[in-house]
Amino acid sequence: MAYTVPRPKLTFAEKIYLPSLVAGLSITFKHLRRMLSGETKVVMQYPEEKWDSHMPDYYRGAPTLVTDEHGRERCVACQLCEFICPPRAITIKPEEIPADNAFAKVEKRPREFDIDMIRCIYCGLCEEVCPEQAIFLRKDYAITGTSRAEMVHNKAKLYELGGVMEGLVNKWNPLK
Amino acid sequence: MDAILSFDWFSLFAFLAKSVGLLMVVLTMVSYTVYAERRVSAVMQDRLGPNRTGIPMTKIRIEGLGQPIADAVKLLLKEDFTPAHVKKFYYWLAPALGISAVILSLSVIPFGSSLNFDFILNKIFGKDFGPIPMVIANVNIGILFMFAISSLGVYGIVLAGYSSNSKYPFLGGIRATSQMISYELALGLSVIPVFLILGKLNLVDAVQYQVKHGWLLLPITKIDLWFRDEIAFSQILTLSQVLLWIPMFISFIIFTVSLFAETNRTPFDLPEAEQELAGGYNIEYSSMKFALFFLGEYAAMIAGSALIVTLFLGGWHLPFVPDGSNTLGLGFLHHIPGWIWGFVNIGVFFAKVALLLFFFIWVRWTIPRFRYDQLMELGWIWFFEIALVNIFLTAGILAFFPN
Repeated sequence: MAYTVPRPKLTFAEKIYLPSLVAGLSITFKHLRRMLSGETKVVMQYPEEKWDSHMPDYYRGAPTLVTDEHGRERCVACQLCEFICPPRAITIKPEEIPADNAFAKVEKRPREFDIDMIRCIYCGLCEEVCPEQAIFLRKDYAITGTSRAEMVHNKAKLYELGGVMEGLVNKWNPLK
Repeated sequence: MDAILSFDWFSLFAFLAKSVGLLMVVLTMVSYTVYAERRVSAVMQDRLGPNRTGIPMTKIRIEGLGQPIADAVKLLLKEDFTPAHVKKFYYWLAPALGISAVILSLSVIPFGSSLNFDFILNKIFGKDFGPIPMVIANVNIGILFMFAISSLGVYGIVLAGYSSNSKYPFLGGIRATSQMISYELALGLSVIPVFLILGKLNLVDAVQYQVKHGWLLLPITKIDLWFRDEIAFSQILTLSQVLLWIPMFISFIIFTVSLFAETNRTPFDLPEAEQELAGGYNIEYSSMKFALFFLGEYAAMIAGSALIVTLFLGGWHLPFVPDGSNTLGLGFLHHIPGWIWGFVNIGVFFAKVALLLFFFIWVRWTIPRFRYDQLMELGWIWFFEIALVNIFLTAGILAFFPN
Protein backbone atom coordinates (compact mmCIF):
# COMPACT_ATOMS: atom_id res chain seq x y z
CA MET A 1 0.00 0.00 0.00
CA ALA A 2 1.30 3.30 -0.92
CA TYR A 3 1.97 5.87 1.72
CA THR A 4 0.80 9.40 1.25
CA VAL A 5 3.23 11.69 3.00
CA PRO A 6 1.37 14.83 4.01
CA ARG A 7 3.01 17.94 2.65
CA PRO A 8 3.71 20.53 5.32
CA LYS A 9 1.45 23.56 5.14
CA LEU A 10 3.67 26.52 4.33
CA THR A 11 2.83 29.98 5.49
CA PHE A 12 2.94 32.86 3.04
CA ALA A 13 6.27 34.04 4.45
CA GLU A 14 7.74 30.60 3.87
CA LYS A 15 6.33 30.44 0.38
CA ILE A 16 7.88 33.65 -0.85
CA TYR A 17 11.23 32.51 0.57
CA LEU A 18 12.50 36.00 1.27
CA PRO A 19 12.25 36.06 5.10
CA SER A 20 14.19 32.82 5.43
CA LEU A 21 16.71 34.22 2.97
CA VAL A 22 17.26 37.25 5.16
CA ALA A 23 17.48 35.01 8.23
CA GLY A 24 20.13 32.90 6.54
CA LEU A 25 22.13 35.92 5.48
CA SER A 26 22.04 37.27 9.02
CA ILE A 27 23.33 33.96 10.38
CA THR A 28 26.31 33.89 8.05
CA PHE A 29 26.98 37.55 8.74
CA LYS A 30 26.93 36.84 12.46
CA HIS A 31 29.61 34.21 11.94
CA LEU A 32 31.64 36.67 9.88
CA ARG A 33 31.34 39.37 12.51
CA ARG A 34 32.28 37.06 15.37
CA MET A 35 35.22 35.71 13.43
CA LEU A 36 36.50 39.17 12.54
CA SER A 37 36.07 40.53 16.07
CA GLY A 38 37.99 37.54 17.41
CA GLU A 39 34.99 36.27 19.38
CA THR A 40 35.23 32.90 17.67
CA LYS A 41 38.57 31.25 18.02
CA VAL A 42 38.51 27.86 16.37
CA VAL A 43 41.54 27.56 14.19
CA MET A 44 45.00 26.99 15.61
CA GLN A 45 47.72 28.25 13.26
CA TYR A 46 49.89 25.18 13.38
CA PRO A 47 53.57 25.95 13.10
CA GLU A 48 53.29 29.11 15.18
CA GLU A 49 50.72 27.85 17.66
CA LYS A 50 50.99 24.30 18.90
CA TRP A 51 48.69 22.24 21.04
CA ASP A 52 51.55 20.82 23.10
CA SER A 53 50.29 22.34 26.32
CA HIS A 54 46.80 20.91 25.72
CA MET A 55 48.04 17.38 25.16
CA PRO A 56 46.76 14.84 27.68
CA ASP A 57 49.14 12.61 29.61
CA TYR A 58 47.89 9.58 27.75
CA TYR A 59 48.85 11.04 24.38
CA ARG A 60 50.51 8.41 22.22
CA GLY A 61 53.40 10.12 20.46
CA ALA A 62 56.73 8.65 19.47
CA PRO A 63 57.88 5.59 21.46
CA THR A 64 60.96 6.31 23.54
CA LEU A 65 63.24 4.55 26.03
CA VAL A 66 63.60 5.88 29.56
CA THR A 67 66.20 5.63 32.28
CA ASP A 68 65.34 5.40 35.96
CA GLU A 69 66.32 7.76 38.75
CA HIS A 70 69.74 6.11 39.13
CA GLY A 71 70.61 6.68 35.53
CA ARG A 72 70.21 3.01 34.68
CA GLU A 73 68.57 2.11 31.45
CA ARG A 74 65.43 0.23 32.29
CA CYS A 75 65.40 -1.89 29.17
CA VAL A 76 66.68 -5.43 29.74
CA ALA A 77 66.47 -6.42 26.06
CA CYS A 78 63.79 -9.06 26.62
CA GLN A 79 62.58 -8.27 23.09
CA LEU A 80 58.89 -8.58 23.96
CA CYS A 81 58.24 -5.23 22.29
CA GLU A 82 60.02 -6.40 19.20
CA PHE A 83 57.79 -9.46 19.05
CA ILE A 84 54.52 -7.70 19.73
CA CYS A 85 55.13 -4.73 17.42
CA PRO A 86 52.43 -5.11 14.71
CA PRO A 87 54.34 -3.33 11.91
CA ARG A 88 57.68 -4.78 13.11
CA ALA A 89 59.19 -1.37 13.57
CA ILE A 90 61.43 -2.36 16.49
CA THR A 91 64.79 -4.12 16.07
CA ILE A 92 66.78 -5.02 19.18
CA LYS A 93 70.26 -6.52 19.37
CA PRO A 94 70.87 -7.59 23.01
CA GLU A 95 74.21 -7.83 24.71
CA GLU A 96 75.50 -9.08 28.02
CA ILE A 97 76.30 -6.48 30.67
CA PRO A 98 79.99 -6.81 31.52
CA ALA A 99 80.75 -8.15 34.99
CA ASP A 100 82.51 -5.01 36.18
CA ASN A 101 79.40 -2.88 35.62
CA ALA A 102 77.44 -1.84 38.67
CA PHE A 103 74.31 -3.31 37.13
CA ALA A 104 75.88 -6.62 36.15
CA LYS A 105 73.10 -8.47 37.97
CA VAL A 106 70.61 -7.37 35.32
CA GLU A 107 72.22 -9.77 32.78
CA LYS A 108 71.13 -8.13 29.53
CA ARG A 109 70.85 -4.75 27.95
CA PRO A 110 70.19 -3.66 24.35
CA ARG A 111 73.34 -3.11 22.31
CA GLU A 112 71.26 -1.60 19.56
CA PHE A 113 67.65 -0.54 19.80
CA ASP A 114 66.17 0.81 16.59
CA ILE A 115 62.63 1.97 16.04
CA ASP A 116 61.78 2.67 12.43
CA MET A 117 59.48 5.67 12.68
CA ILE A 118 58.31 5.19 9.10
CA ARG A 119 56.82 1.87 10.20
CA CYS A 120 55.66 2.79 13.67
CA ILE A 121 51.87 3.08 13.94
CA TYR A 122 51.87 4.60 17.43
CA CYS A 123 49.67 1.78 18.75
CA GLY A 124 51.36 1.71 22.15
CA LEU A 125 51.53 -2.10 22.35
CA CYS A 126 55.27 -1.93 23.07
CA GLU A 127 54.57 0.23 26.09
CA GLU A 128 51.84 -2.10 27.30
CA VAL A 129 53.87 -5.23 26.91
CA CYS A 130 57.11 -3.97 28.45
CA PRO A 131 57.63 -5.78 31.80
CA GLU A 132 60.27 -3.30 32.92
CA GLN A 133 58.36 -0.12 32.10
CA ALA A 134 61.25 0.94 29.94
CA ILE A 135 59.47 2.05 26.77
CA PHE A 136 56.95 4.83 26.78
CA LEU A 137 55.02 6.69 24.14
CA ARG A 138 55.90 10.30 24.79
CA LYS A 139 54.40 13.51 23.36
CA ASP A 140 56.63 13.99 20.32
CA TYR A 141 54.38 13.87 17.25
CA ALA A 142 56.28 15.77 14.56
CA ILE A 143 58.81 13.11 13.61
CA THR A 144 60.43 14.23 10.39
CA GLY A 145 63.55 13.47 8.44
CA THR A 146 65.02 13.97 5.02
CA SER A 147 66.00 10.33 4.47
CA ARG A 148 64.81 6.89 5.46
CA ALA A 149 67.92 6.39 7.57
CA GLU A 150 67.15 9.56 9.46
CA MET A 151 63.70 8.26 10.32
CA VAL A 152 65.13 5.29 12.22
CA HIS A 153 65.54 6.24 15.85
CA ASN A 154 68.59 4.55 17.33
CA LYS A 155 69.22 3.93 21.00
CA ALA A 156 70.87 7.27 21.68
CA LYS A 157 68.00 9.16 20.06
CA LEU A 158 65.39 7.11 21.93
CA TYR A 159 67.02 7.84 25.30
CA GLU A 160 67.35 11.48 24.37
CA LEU A 161 63.63 11.68 23.61
CA GLY A 162 62.62 9.57 26.58
CA GLY A 163 64.58 11.16 29.41
CA VAL A 164 64.22 10.00 32.98
CA MET A 165 61.09 8.30 34.32
CA GLU A 166 61.10 8.06 38.10
CA GLY A 167 59.36 5.44 40.20
CA LEU A 168 56.79 3.00 38.96
CA VAL A 169 54.35 4.41 36.52
CA ASN A 170 50.86 3.06 36.40
CA LYS A 171 51.00 1.83 32.88
CA TRP A 172 47.66 0.03 33.14
CA ASN A 173 45.96 3.35 33.23
CA PRO A 174 42.74 2.65 31.32
CA LEU A 175 43.20 5.83 29.35
CA LYS A 176 46.44 4.62 27.83
CA MET B 1 50.10 64.99 -44.05
CA ASP B 2 47.24 67.18 -43.03
CA ALA B 3 45.16 64.11 -42.44
CA ILE B 4 47.74 62.77 -40.02
CA LEU B 5 48.02 66.05 -38.18
CA SER B 6 44.33 66.67 -38.00
CA PHE B 7 43.59 63.12 -36.90
CA ASP B 8 42.54 63.07 -33.30
CA TRP B 9 45.57 61.22 -31.93
CA PHE B 10 44.73 62.29 -28.42
CA SER B 11 41.35 60.55 -28.47
CA LEU B 12 42.93 57.40 -29.84
CA PHE B 13 45.59 57.42 -27.17
CA ALA B 14 43.06 58.17 -24.43
CA PHE B 15 40.85 55.38 -25.71
CA LEU B 16 43.70 52.87 -25.66
CA ALA B 17 44.82 53.99 -22.22
CA LYS B 18 41.28 53.70 -20.88
CA SER B 19 40.83 50.23 -22.38
CA VAL B 20 44.10 48.91 -21.01
CA GLY B 21 43.52 50.56 -17.66
CA LEU B 22 40.00 49.18 -17.29
CA LEU B 23 41.16 45.72 -18.32
CA MET B 24 43.95 45.83 -15.76
CA VAL B 25 41.64 47.00 -13.00
CA VAL B 26 38.98 44.43 -13.84
CA LEU B 27 41.38 41.51 -14.14
CA THR B 28 43.05 42.44 -10.87
CA MET B 29 39.63 42.70 -9.33
CA VAL B 30 38.72 39.30 -10.72
CA SER B 31 41.71 37.61 -9.12
CA TYR B 32 41.13 39.39 -5.84
CA THR B 33 37.45 38.47 -5.94
CA VAL B 34 38.54 34.85 -6.01
CA TYR B 35 40.70 35.58 -2.99
CA ALA B 36 37.83 37.40 -1.30
CA GLU B 37 35.54 34.50 -2.06
CA ARG B 38 37.90 32.14 -0.29
CA ARG B 39 38.49 34.41 2.68
CA VAL B 40 34.86 35.41 3.16
CA SER B 41 33.57 31.87 2.79
CA ALA B 42 36.19 30.73 5.28
CA VAL B 43 35.31 33.38 7.81
CA MET B 44 31.60 32.62 7.46
CA GLN B 45 32.36 28.99 8.22
CA ASP B 46 34.60 29.85 11.19
CA ARG B 47 37.78 29.05 9.31
CA LEU B 48 40.60 31.35 8.25
CA GLY B 49 41.11 30.81 4.53
CA PRO B 50 44.33 31.57 2.66
CA ASN B 51 46.22 33.92 4.97
CA ARG B 52 49.82 32.86 4.43
CA THR B 53 50.92 33.69 0.91
CA GLY B 54 52.65 37.03 0.99
CA ILE B 55 55.59 38.51 -0.85
CA PRO B 56 57.72 35.71 -2.33
CA MET B 57 61.14 35.03 -0.79
CA THR B 58 60.24 36.98 2.34
CA LYS B 59 58.40 36.15 5.52
CA ILE B 60 55.93 38.99 4.94
CA ARG B 61 52.43 37.55 4.76
CA ILE B 62 50.08 40.56 4.48
CA GLU B 63 47.05 38.38 5.26
CA GLY B 64 47.54 36.17 2.22
CA LEU B 65 47.15 38.94 -0.35
CA GLY B 66 49.81 37.26 -2.50
CA GLN B 67 47.52 34.27 -3.01
CA PRO B 68 46.00 35.43 -6.35
CA ILE B 69 49.48 35.83 -7.83
CA ALA B 70 50.46 32.39 -6.63
CA ASP B 71 47.22 30.97 -8.06
CA ALA B 72 47.85 32.59 -11.42
CA VAL B 73 51.40 31.27 -11.57
CA LYS B 74 50.22 27.81 -10.63
CA LEU B 75 47.49 27.80 -13.29
CA LEU B 76 49.87 29.06 -15.98
CA LEU B 77 52.52 26.47 -15.18
CA LYS B 78 50.17 23.50 -15.04
CA GLU B 79 50.06 21.05 -17.89
CA ASP B 80 47.55 22.11 -20.51
CA PHE B 81 46.07 18.74 -21.28
CA THR B 82 43.71 18.26 -24.20
CA PRO B 83 41.86 14.94 -23.97
CA ALA B 84 41.87 12.84 -27.15
CA HIS B 85 38.10 12.59 -27.41
CA VAL B 86 37.26 16.30 -27.58
CA LYS B 87 36.22 18.31 -30.64
CA LYS B 88 39.38 20.36 -30.76
CA PHE B 89 38.31 23.52 -32.53
CA TYR B 90 35.34 24.24 -30.29
CA TYR B 91 37.25 22.97 -27.27
CA TRP B 92 39.83 25.68 -27.82
CA LEU B 93 37.30 28.31 -28.78
CA ALA B 94 34.96 27.94 -25.81
CA PRO B 95 37.05 29.44 -22.97
CA ALA B 96 38.09 32.41 -25.09
CA LEU B 97 34.47 33.09 -26.07
CA GLY B 98 33.36 32.91 -22.48
CA ILE B 99 35.71 35.54 -21.16
CA SER B 100 35.93 37.83 -24.19
CA ALA B 101 32.17 38.36 -24.26
CA VAL B 102 32.22 39.47 -20.65
CA ILE B 103 35.15 41.81 -21.07
CA LEU B 104 33.63 43.34 -24.21
CA SER B 105 30.42 44.08 -22.37
CA LEU B 106 32.36 46.19 -19.87
CA SER B 107 33.18 48.72 -22.55
CA VAL B 108 29.85 50.55 -22.30
CA ILE B 109 29.92 50.95 -18.52
CA PRO B 110 30.74 54.50 -17.37
CA PHE B 111 33.20 53.75 -14.59
CA GLY B 112 33.99 57.35 -13.69
CA SER B 113 32.98 60.91 -14.46
CA SER B 114 35.88 62.39 -16.43
CA LEU B 115 39.56 63.04 -16.06
CA ASN B 116 41.13 66.32 -17.10
CA PHE B 117 44.90 66.32 -17.47
CA ASP B 118 45.12 69.72 -19.14
CA PHE B 119 47.29 71.06 -16.30
CA ILE B 120 50.08 68.74 -17.49
CA LEU B 121 49.25 68.46 -21.18
CA ASN B 122 49.12 72.23 -21.58
CA LYS B 123 52.71 72.49 -20.41
CA ILE B 124 53.89 69.76 -22.80
CA PHE B 125 51.83 70.38 -25.92
CA GLY B 126 50.80 73.99 -25.36
CA LYS B 127 47.09 73.42 -25.86
CA ASP B 128 44.07 72.07 -23.99
CA PHE B 129 42.64 68.70 -24.81
CA GLY B 130 39.58 68.85 -22.59
CA PRO B 131 38.25 66.26 -20.20
CA ILE B 132 38.44 62.57 -21.04
CA PRO B 133 35.12 60.82 -20.34
CA MET B 134 35.60 57.68 -18.26
CA VAL B 135 33.70 55.33 -20.51
CA ILE B 136 35.26 53.37 -23.33
CA ALA B 137 32.34 53.41 -25.74
CA ASN B 138 29.68 56.04 -25.18
CA VAL B 139 27.08 54.38 -27.38
CA ASN B 140 23.39 55.17 -27.48
CA ILE B 141 22.36 51.53 -27.33
CA GLY B 142 24.38 50.99 -24.14
CA ILE B 143 22.17 48.53 -22.31
CA LEU B 144 21.18 46.65 -25.46
CA PHE B 145 24.85 46.23 -26.35
CA MET B 146 25.54 44.97 -22.87
CA PHE B 147 22.73 42.38 -23.01
CA ALA B 148 23.58 41.32 -26.53
CA ILE B 149 27.25 40.74 -25.81
CA SER B 150 26.88 39.23 -22.37
CA SER B 151 24.35 36.72 -23.64
CA LEU B 152 26.97 35.61 -26.14
CA GLY B 153 28.79 34.33 -23.08
CA VAL B 154 26.42 31.38 -22.98
CA TYR B 155 28.01 30.14 -26.20
CA GLY B 156 31.26 29.66 -24.34
CA ILE B 157 29.58 27.37 -21.86
CA VAL B 158 27.46 25.54 -24.40
CA LEU B 159 30.42 24.97 -26.69
CA ALA B 160 32.50 23.76 -23.76
CA GLY B 161 29.78 21.30 -22.82
CA TYR B 162 29.36 20.11 -26.39
CA SER B 163 32.99 19.92 -27.44
CA SER B 164 34.12 18.09 -24.31
CA ASN B 165 32.28 15.05 -25.69
CA SER B 166 31.60 13.74 -22.24
CA LYS B 167 28.50 13.29 -20.11
CA TYR B 168 28.83 15.72 -17.21
CA PRO B 169 30.05 18.69 -19.26
CA PHE B 170 27.20 18.02 -21.67
CA LEU B 171 24.65 18.09 -18.86
CA GLY B 172 26.25 21.28 -17.56
CA GLY B 173 26.04 22.87 -21.00
CA ILE B 174 22.37 21.91 -21.37
CA ARG B 175 21.53 23.31 -17.97
CA ALA B 176 23.42 26.50 -18.72
CA THR B 177 21.54 27.02 -21.97
CA SER B 178 18.06 26.60 -20.55
CA GLN B 179 18.86 28.58 -17.43
CA MET B 180 20.43 31.51 -19.23
CA ILE B 181 17.65 31.71 -21.78
CA SER B 182 15.02 31.67 -19.02
CA TYR B 183 16.66 34.38 -16.99
CA GLU B 184 17.67 36.55 -19.91
CA LEU B 185 13.98 37.39 -20.32
CA ALA B 186 13.45 38.44 -16.74
CA LEU B 187 16.73 40.34 -16.84
CA GLY B 188 15.71 42.28 -19.94
CA LEU B 189 12.15 42.96 -18.80
CA SER B 190 13.17 44.07 -15.33
CA VAL B 191 15.21 47.01 -16.62
CA ILE B 192 12.52 48.31 -18.96
CA PRO B 193 10.94 50.34 -16.09
CA VAL B 194 14.35 51.91 -15.52
CA PHE B 195 14.53 53.05 -19.11
CA LEU B 196 10.91 54.18 -19.04
CA ILE B 197 12.07 56.65 -16.42
CA LEU B 198 15.38 57.53 -18.07
CA GLY B 199 13.98 57.79 -21.57
CA LYS B 200 17.32 56.77 -23.07
CA LEU B 201 19.31 53.55 -23.40
CA ASN B 202 22.64 55.28 -22.98
CA LEU B 203 24.34 54.27 -19.74
CA VAL B 204 26.26 57.53 -19.45
CA ASP B 205 22.95 59.37 -19.52
CA ALA B 206 21.60 56.91 -16.96
CA VAL B 207 24.25 58.04 -14.51
CA GLN B 208 23.74 61.72 -15.39
CA TYR B 209 20.01 61.32 -14.72
CA GLN B 210 20.76 59.83 -11.30
CA VAL B 211 23.12 62.66 -10.51
CA LYS B 212 20.30 65.14 -11.12
CA HIS B 213 17.34 63.15 -9.75
CA GLY B 214 18.91 60.96 -7.07
CA TRP B 215 19.82 57.32 -7.42
CA LEU B 216 16.96 55.22 -8.66
CA LEU B 217 17.12 52.91 -5.67
CA LEU B 218 17.95 55.68 -3.19
CA PRO B 219 16.35 58.96 -4.38
CA ILE B 220 17.36 60.66 -1.12
CA THR B 221 20.89 61.06 -2.52
CA LYS B 222 19.55 64.14 -4.28
CA ILE B 223 20.09 65.85 -0.94
CA ASP B 224 23.40 67.37 -2.05
CA LEU B 225 21.53 69.48 -4.62
CA TRP B 226 19.62 71.02 -1.72
CA PHE B 227 22.90 71.75 0.06
CA ARG B 228 23.96 73.70 -3.01
CA ASP B 229 20.60 75.54 -3.08
CA GLU B 230 19.74 74.20 -6.53
CA ILE B 231 16.43 72.75 -5.33
CA ALA B 232 14.05 73.52 -2.52
CA PHE B 233 13.88 71.25 0.50
CA SER B 234 10.48 69.93 -0.54
CA GLN B 235 11.94 68.80 -3.85
CA ILE B 236 14.37 66.32 -2.28
CA LEU B 237 11.68 63.66 -2.31
CA THR B 238 8.78 64.27 -4.66
CA LEU B 239 5.62 62.16 -4.58
CA SER B 240 6.42 60.74 -7.99
CA GLN B 241 9.84 59.65 -6.80
CA VAL B 242 8.46 57.96 -3.71
CA LEU B 243 5.92 56.12 -5.83
CA LEU B 244 8.52 55.18 -8.44
CA TRP B 245 10.71 53.75 -5.71
CA ILE B 246 8.35 50.75 -5.45
CA PRO B 247 8.74 49.51 -9.05
CA MET B 248 12.43 50.38 -8.89
CA PHE B 249 12.86 48.18 -5.85
CA ILE B 250 11.02 45.33 -7.56
CA SER B 251 13.17 45.84 -10.65
CA PHE B 252 16.28 45.81 -8.53
CA ILE B 253 15.33 42.55 -6.81
CA ILE B 254 14.42 40.81 -10.07
CA PHE B 255 17.48 42.14 -11.84
CA THR B 256 19.83 41.09 -9.07
CA VAL B 257 18.37 37.62 -8.70
CA SER B 258 18.34 37.11 -12.46
CA LEU B 259 21.94 38.20 -12.53
CA PHE B 260 22.78 35.50 -10.01
CA ALA B 261 21.23 33.02 -12.42
CA GLU B 262 22.87 34.62 -15.43
CA THR B 263 26.34 34.43 -13.92
CA ASN B 264 25.78 30.89 -12.61
CA ARG B 265 26.18 31.86 -9.00
CA THR B 266 24.69 29.99 -6.07
CA PRO B 267 21.76 29.52 -5.49
CA PHE B 268 21.46 29.06 -9.25
CA ASP B 269 24.79 27.39 -10.00
CA LEU B 270 23.25 24.31 -11.57
CA PRO B 271 25.46 24.32 -14.69
CA GLU B 272 28.52 23.84 -12.52
CA ALA B 273 27.07 22.06 -9.53
CA GLU B 274 30.12 20.41 -8.05
CA GLN B 275 28.13 17.84 -6.13
CA GLU B 276 25.91 16.80 -9.03
CA LEU B 277 28.07 17.28 -12.11
CA ALA B 278 31.55 17.20 -10.61
CA GLY B 279 32.07 20.73 -11.89
CA GLY B 280 29.84 20.87 -14.97
CA TYR B 281 30.98 22.21 -18.30
CA ASN B 282 34.62 22.73 -17.31
CA ILE B 283 35.53 19.20 -16.20
CA GLU B 284 37.60 18.35 -19.26
CA TYR B 285 39.59 21.57 -19.10
CA SER B 286 42.89 22.06 -17.35
CA SER B 287 45.46 24.75 -16.74
CA MET B 288 44.83 28.20 -18.21
CA LYS B 289 41.79 27.11 -20.21
CA PHE B 290 40.09 26.11 -16.99
CA ALA B 291 41.26 29.33 -15.42
CA LEU B 292 39.68 31.31 -18.26
CA PHE B 293 36.26 29.84 -17.42
CA PHE B 294 36.88 30.58 -13.80
CA LEU B 295 37.96 34.15 -14.51
CA GLY B 296 35.10 34.56 -16.98
CA GLU B 297 32.59 33.70 -14.30
CA TYR B 298 34.04 36.23 -11.89
CA ALA B 299 34.41 38.85 -14.63
CA ALA B 300 30.73 38.30 -15.41
CA MET B 301 29.99 38.98 -11.76
CA ILE B 302 31.93 42.21 -11.97
CA ALA B 303 30.23 43.25 -15.21
CA GLY B 304 26.83 42.46 -13.70
CA SER B 305 27.60 44.35 -10.51
CA ALA B 306 28.84 47.26 -12.57
CA LEU B 307 25.54 47.27 -14.45
CA ILE B 308 23.54 47.20 -11.21
CA VAL B 309 25.63 50.05 -9.85
CA THR B 310 25.17 52.04 -13.05
CA LEU B 311 21.43 51.51 -13.29
CA PHE B 312 20.27 51.54 -9.69
CA LEU B 313 23.00 52.83 -7.43
CA GLY B 314 24.09 55.99 -9.17
CA GLY B 315 27.24 54.79 -10.91
CA TRP B 316 30.23 56.83 -9.88
CA HIS B 317 28.13 59.43 -8.10
CA LEU B 318 28.32 59.92 -4.36
CA PRO B 319 26.46 62.77 -2.66
CA PHE B 320 28.60 65.78 -1.75
CA VAL B 321 31.56 64.56 -3.84
CA PRO B 322 32.43 66.72 -6.88
CA ASP B 323 32.92 65.15 -10.30
CA GLY B 324 35.87 65.37 -12.66
CA SER B 325 35.02 68.82 -13.94
CA ASN B 326 34.43 70.13 -10.39
CA THR B 327 30.79 71.09 -10.84
CA LEU B 328 28.89 68.83 -8.46
CA GLY B 329 29.23 68.37 -4.76
CA LEU B 330 29.98 70.79 -1.97
CA GLY B 331 31.52 74.10 -2.91
CA PHE B 332 34.51 74.12 -0.59
CA LEU B 333 35.70 70.82 -2.07
CA HIS B 334 36.22 72.53 -5.40
CA HIS B 335 39.56 73.89 -4.20
CA ILE B 336 41.00 70.43 -4.78
CA PRO B 337 41.79 69.97 -8.50
CA GLY B 338 39.22 68.14 -10.60
CA TRP B 339 41.41 65.29 -11.74
CA ILE B 340 41.68 64.14 -8.11
CA TRP B 341 37.88 64.05 -7.92
CA GLY B 342 37.91 62.16 -11.22
CA PHE B 343 39.97 59.45 -9.58
CA VAL B 344 37.76 59.57 -6.48
CA ASN B 345 34.73 58.97 -8.72
CA ILE B 346 36.41 55.93 -10.24
CA GLY B 347 37.22 54.73 -6.74
CA VAL B 348 33.60 55.23 -5.65
CA PHE B 349 32.36 53.24 -8.62
CA PHE B 350 34.63 50.30 -7.95
CA ALA B 351 33.91 50.48 -4.22
CA LYS B 352 30.21 50.09 -4.99
CA VAL B 353 31.01 47.20 -7.30
CA ALA B 354 33.12 45.62 -4.57
CA LEU B 355 30.27 45.91 -2.08
CA LEU B 356 27.95 44.15 -4.51
CA LEU B 357 30.60 41.47 -5.09
CA PHE B 358 30.70 40.93 -1.34
CA PHE B 359 26.95 40.51 -1.46
CA PHE B 360 27.33 37.91 -4.23
CA ILE B 361 29.83 36.00 -2.12
CA TRP B 362 27.74 36.36 0.99
CA VAL B 363 24.71 34.88 -0.75
CA ARG B 364 26.75 32.05 -2.19
CA TRP B 365 27.84 30.85 1.23
CA THR B 366 24.38 31.17 2.73
CA ILE B 367 21.76 29.76 0.41
CA PRO B 368 21.59 26.16 -0.80
CA ARG B 369 21.18 25.41 -4.48
CA PHE B 370 17.73 25.48 -6.04
CA ARG B 371 16.20 22.39 -7.58
CA TYR B 372 15.96 22.55 -11.34
CA ASP B 373 12.16 22.81 -11.52
CA GLN B 374 12.21 25.48 -8.82
CA LEU B 375 14.71 27.43 -10.87
CA MET B 376 12.55 27.24 -13.98
CA GLU B 377 9.39 28.07 -12.04
CA LEU B 378 11.04 31.10 -10.47
CA GLY B 379 12.27 32.32 -13.83
CA TRP B 380 9.26 31.70 -16.01
CA ILE B 381 6.30 31.93 -13.65
CA TRP B 382 7.36 34.49 -11.08
CA PHE B 383 10.02 36.83 -12.39
CA PHE B 384 8.73 37.00 -15.94
CA GLU B 385 5.24 37.92 -14.79
CA ILE B 386 6.30 40.27 -12.01
CA ALA B 387 8.63 42.07 -14.40
CA LEU B 388 5.78 42.47 -16.90
CA VAL B 389 3.42 43.85 -14.26
CA ASN B 390 6.20 46.10 -13.05
CA ILE B 391 6.46 47.71 -16.48
CA PHE B 392 2.75 48.61 -16.42
CA LEU B 393 3.03 49.85 -12.86
CA THR B 394 5.91 52.15 -13.78
CA ALA B 395 4.16 53.39 -16.88
CA GLY B 396 1.05 54.13 -14.83
CA ILE B 397 2.97 56.07 -12.21
CA LEU B 398 4.80 58.02 -14.90
CA ALA B 399 1.53 58.82 -16.62
CA PHE B 400 -0.46 59.90 -13.57
CA PHE B 401 2.27 61.42 -11.39
CA PRO B 402 4.63 63.31 -13.67
CA ASN B 403 7.33 65.29 -11.91
